[in-house]
Amino acid sequence: MANSIKLRAKASKGSVTVKALINHPMETGLRKDQKTGKLIPAHHIQEVVAKVGDKTVMEAVWGGAISTNPYLSFMFSGAKGDTLTLSWVDNTGASDSDSVEVS
Amino acid sequence: MNRRALLKSTLGASVITVAAAAGLLLPGRVLAAYPKEAFSAKDVSSAVSGALGAANPQQSDQIEIKAPDIAENGSVVPVTISTELSNVESISIFAESNGTPLVAVFNLSSADAFVSTRIKMGKTGNVVAVVKSGGKLYSNSKEVKVTIGGCGG
Repeated sequence: MANSIKLRAKASKGSVTVKALINHPMETGLRKDQKTGKLIPAHHIQEVVAKVGDKTVMEAVWGGAISTNPYLSFMFSGAKGDTLTLSWVDNTGASDSDSVEVS
Repeated sequence: MNRRALLKSTLGASVITVAAAAGLLLPGRVLAAYPKEAFSAKDVSSAVSGALGAANPQQSDQIEIKAPDIAENGSVVPVTISTELSNVESISIFAESNGTPLVAVFNLSSADAFVSTRIKMGKTGNVVAVVKSGGKLYSNSKEVKVTIGGCGG
């Protein structure tokens, strides 16, 4: 699942605002398939980690109640030129990551 | 950043013990233990204690929740949480009326006290934000009216 993440990071007055959009179905496991009446198995992101170099700036654990194609925004103290890496792992073990230079 | 790191290390022992007991937030790596039980908890208070290792957060007006008063589509409810509290370790989001209220936990000990995302809400209810600051829990809530639920098929 390459390129599932759209990532932006912008520095302003010493703090960096990160905005990310991830392509992911985020199935809760509670929804029924309308044709078969069977439950659609859960498939959602469980862990999201943002790092600058080796330093973790943000970690999150998510449940299925985060919307489909999740949007995430957070801020940290950083500067222009830092390289931010965002990665996720879902409950099936699939994962992806993307990096962006802070502008 | 240095101040945060210092405060964090001085707080160290007690906080880590509590966090480790909850199977969450082990230093350096949250992710070794996904708090599955907290995510399947059926009410807010057990979800809070499962996710954050302590219950009964204190009400605080210093936590600001930005969410719509009325959400037409419960499957996409934008929620932004920020707080004036200092030394914030984590921000957690709960949707009170969902079958399993815990939505997400954001560990922000190295980031600013701000997070924004979009959540699903099954029906009208409170969005509860719980902030862990200096080892203590603070919470605030905001009611969001949902016209079309986002958890059913």
